[in-house]
Amino acid sequence: MLKRLALALALLAATAPGARAGPLVADLSEHLVAITTGFTGAKVLLFGATDGDGKVVVVVQGPRETITVRRKERVAGVWANRDAVTFDKALSFYQVMASEEMDEWLPLALREQQQIGVEYLAFKPRGEVGPAMASDFHEALIRNKQRLGHYDVLEGKVSIIGDRLFRTDVYFPANVPTGIYTVEVFLVKDGEIKSAQKTPLLISKTGFEAEVFRMAHEFSALYGIAALIIAVAAGLMANAVFRKR
Amino acid sequence: MHIYLPIAELSVNVFVVLGLGAGVGMLSGIFGVGGGFLMTPLLIFLGVTPPVAVGTEANQIVAASVSGVLAHWRRGNVDFKMGAVLLIGGIVGSTFGVWLFSVLRELGQIDLVIRLSYVIFLGAVGAMMMVESLRALRRSRTQAGRGKLHQHNFLHGLPFKMRFRKSKLYISALLPLMVGVVVGVLAAIMGVGGGFIMVPAMIYLLGMPTTVVVGTSLFQIIFVTANATFLQATFNQTVDVVLAFLLLVGGVIGAQLGTTLGARLKGEQLRSLLALIVLAVCGKMAFDLLATPLDVYSITLAGGH
Repeated sequence: MLKRLALALALLAATAPGARAGPLVADLSEHLVAITTGFTGAKVLLFGATDGDGKVVVVVQGPRETITVRRKERVAGVWANRDAVTFDKALSFYQVMASEEMDEWLPLALREQQQIGVEYLAFKPRGEVGPAMASDFHEALIRNKQRLGHYDVLEGKVSIIGDRLFRTDVYFPANVPTGIYTVEVFLVKDGEIKSAQKTPLLISKTGFEAEVFRMAHEFSALYGIAALIIAVAAGLMANAVFRKR
Repeated sequence: MHIYLPIAELSVNVFVVLGLGAGVGMLSGIFGVGGGFLMTPLLIFLGVTPPVAVGTEANQIVAASVSGVLAHWRRGNVDFKMGAVLLIGGIVGSTFGVWLFSVLRELGQIDLVIRLSYVIFLGAVGAMMMVESLRALRRSRTQAGRGKLHQHNFLHGLPFKMRFRKSKLYISALLPLMVGVVVGVLAAIMGVGGGFIMVPAMIYLLGMPTTVVVGTSLFQIIFVTANATFLQATFNQTVDVVLAFLLLVGGVIGAQLGTTLGARLKGEQLRSLLALIVLAVCGKMAFDLLATPLDVYSITLAGGH
């Protein structure tokens, strides 16, 4: 079922306007990353061709999620969470890859407009938060996400072959958030975006892991009972083994 | 070999988890304790979030207690009447504990409360055990005289007196009920069986004979941790069966080794060793609370996904 969904997503992208054979074509080696029992991270190959000169920048975005950032303060000698700011539509995953260092050929206005680079990300806090506090917590969110390996900027990672072809490996760590991702490729020439293409990617738990997770969240009570049955059975079995000795 | 834990959402080495289960299982075999108070912090150190560590550990303790209680039952060392009264308190306490857990999690204070509970209770129990075992070591040399058998205080003036034949006690039912409630709350919040609190309480507060203490506390722990597991799974979705199962397999093997090893060591030595381990875990938790964190900001996903 997941395979079919991923394929449908890919087809949708292929028929979308702007994806026609133009100055830029790109695709992924896979449109589905399955998180199975042995999952330790995944590598997806992004490849494509351009119509000549220009630089390539790739932006990978995960699904949006609600993230709460908390700040610890010393309370009676102990570090405890005090202030908190919630960002409703923060990116769960964000990775930028470029063929060369971007400062030299990607104008700041463009980077700001397209949010290319972690310093250009802008998530809105929930409720009324003062600008200084909002910016502190916003920075903290990005720093924490970078530490998790969810946000990254990798310059010089896109290799260009003979001015026409390009390729890069998109790496997803073991703790990757699940959901529908978009991989956007920009062709930049003379400080302008000449062409862009968006490709979807589905990252999903499959098989046993997905079933367990689904059970736990959709049939929580039943899952709890099942967990208990397993535990009691295991306890009885262990006891039977002990007694034979 | 790595395995992806579906609820903890973490990829871990199978052998590390099995080894952890075996190590803690071995200690519980040697000392006759549940080991929850060690396993939950170790899971947290491993990178499992505190809520998932607590919920999963409750599940594992169910299995460990089932296998433990049967051995005591066969020897007739379970006071079912006392167990039932403790249990009523335990169900009330653990239900309240799981509710409190959800509220604290919402407020972002659950990590702090879990760590603080560990520091306070492990510190107190560890220090008491240390003093006790040192005193016992000294006494074994000097042969001091015995004190009074029972001390009478206000606790014996409470109403609703009940007779517990197996424990040879005639005390107020409120006492074990209260002990049950307190242990139930701790079980839910700390992810422990609560034996390390209940056993001393049964001996010193209730005055139960030591022979029936362990069996009766195990009997109560099964149902209290089962209640906690069920409620954590239902309301917080923090029970990882895959992780629990791996810990369980390791635990069974470890306990087997531990029991034979424990039989070769002396009682007082064992107790002071256990006290040292308890104090070490307490120290680590206290350090985490007091040391300036790497980053004072932290992030959490609201409502999961």
